[in-house]
Amino acid sequence: MIDATRLPWRETTIVGIAPVTRRAKSFRLAVAFDRPVVAGQHVDVRLTAPDGYQARRSYSIASAPSDDGTIELLVDGLPDGEVSGFFDGIAEVGDTLEVRGPIGGAFVWRPEDSGPLLLVGGGSGVVPLLAMLRHRAVAAPEVPALLLYSASAVDEVLAHDELVRRAETEPGFQLMLHLTGDGGRRIDAAVIATALKRLGGPRHTFICGANPFVTAASDLLVGAGLEPRTIRTERFGG
Amino acid sequence: MSTRGFTGRPPPEATRTRLPPGQTRTEDFPVLQIGPNPRIDLETWCFTLRAGSRPLKSWSWTAFERLPRTRWAGDIHCVTQWSKFDTRWEGVSVDDLLADAGVEAPTAHALAEGYDDYTTNVPFADLTGGRAMVATHYDGAPIPPEHGGPARLLVPHLYFWKSAKWLKGLRFTQKDEGGFWEMRGYHMYGDPWREQRFTGD
Repeated sequence: MIDATRLPWRETTIVGIAPVTRRAKSFRLAVAFDRPVVAGQHVDVRLTAPDGYQARRSYSIASAPSDDGTIELLVDGLPDGEVSGFFDGIAEVGDTLEVRGPIGGAFVWRPEDSGPLLLVGGGSGVVPLLAMLRHRAVAAPEVPALLLYSASAVDEVLAHDELVRRAETEPGFQLMLHLTGDGGRRIDAAVIATALKRLGGPRHTFICGANPFVTAASDLLVGAGLEPRTIRTERFGG
Repeated sequence: MSTRGFTGRPPPEATRTRLPPGQTRTEDFPVLQIGPNPRIDLETWCFTLRAGSRPLKSWSWTAFERLPRTRWAGDIHCVTQWSKFDTRWEGVSVDDLLADAGVEAPTAHALAEGYDDYTTNVPFADLTGGRAMVATHYDGAPIPPEHGGPARLLVPHLYFWKSAKWLKGLRFTQKDEGGFWEMRGYHMYGDPWREQRFTGD
């Protein structure tokens, strides 16, 4: 697994920008990595100010691994964010920025890892799971998969139309949207039990979201009898 | 070359000089781990020093609590680019563990092992001389599970993935064996001031 070559910063160009939700936008970057991307990995992004000051953030890759020389990032536009604010208000097609990657070897799924595959996402934590679903659809459509996606409201759901379409057209993929706003409830043991009943026992489980969400979901899944070592987690925020 | 339109919000000079390259200060305490929190019962908790597969000494929680205590305060740095200043820890230094076991280090390399089967390598020289402890308290209280309690390794001069959570033991190895992240492209040593994040850095 060791790749002894260095992981350099690369200058990349924004080749596409599209709105995703009220707050989130999709950014397609032209970048030629010297190693293949695995679904679930992330990149580090580096911006440089005129005085040389640099800011970095990590973003999950939303696109499936492909050889077209681009990756897609979905950035939740927090206007106050030092880097996300740049993406939200300044970035345009043709701009260049630096990325380093692909990074991460634990929160990853490859077609040969097979399934059933349980994906649990909270908010923008769905992004690396989306990469896995997109990859599954083209490389291993026979693998049963279920996405349990918790969001505050339907208009905050990233890739909503795509996910609904996939659930309608892809045999073996099920979508459970769980909306928590306006009196909706958090994911609880009953929701987890339903997901497990619909999918069957997962071989791999990936959970991504804010820290309290991931802790709650992983505790519930261990409580439901899943083997802890089959569960991989990724968190953002404090 | 600068990024068009980006000015950023550089931290004050006093903060910048305390930050290793590429790091951003956070006031939070982010949680990063590969899987669920393991369920650990203090009644059955056990910490073991091994040379290869051979146990040198084990401590129950009760025995561990009787060992001399060490305190450390300072800054910690995560490879995911956050640093947290002025953290306060308490636990048992690796020096005191070895003294209690009555052993010298059998090799120059160690592998920290967690209850979640996580592993990470640290040179023995970086664990001794007051540079590392098995921490049981953070900020004056028992370390909560999400931060690695009841006991985690603390090697604050290296990136924090070296400070394995839910520590169950230290294993001396004949050669420098990579652990979980080191086998997945992360640096074998991990000095934040030399920005040793990934293999080849």
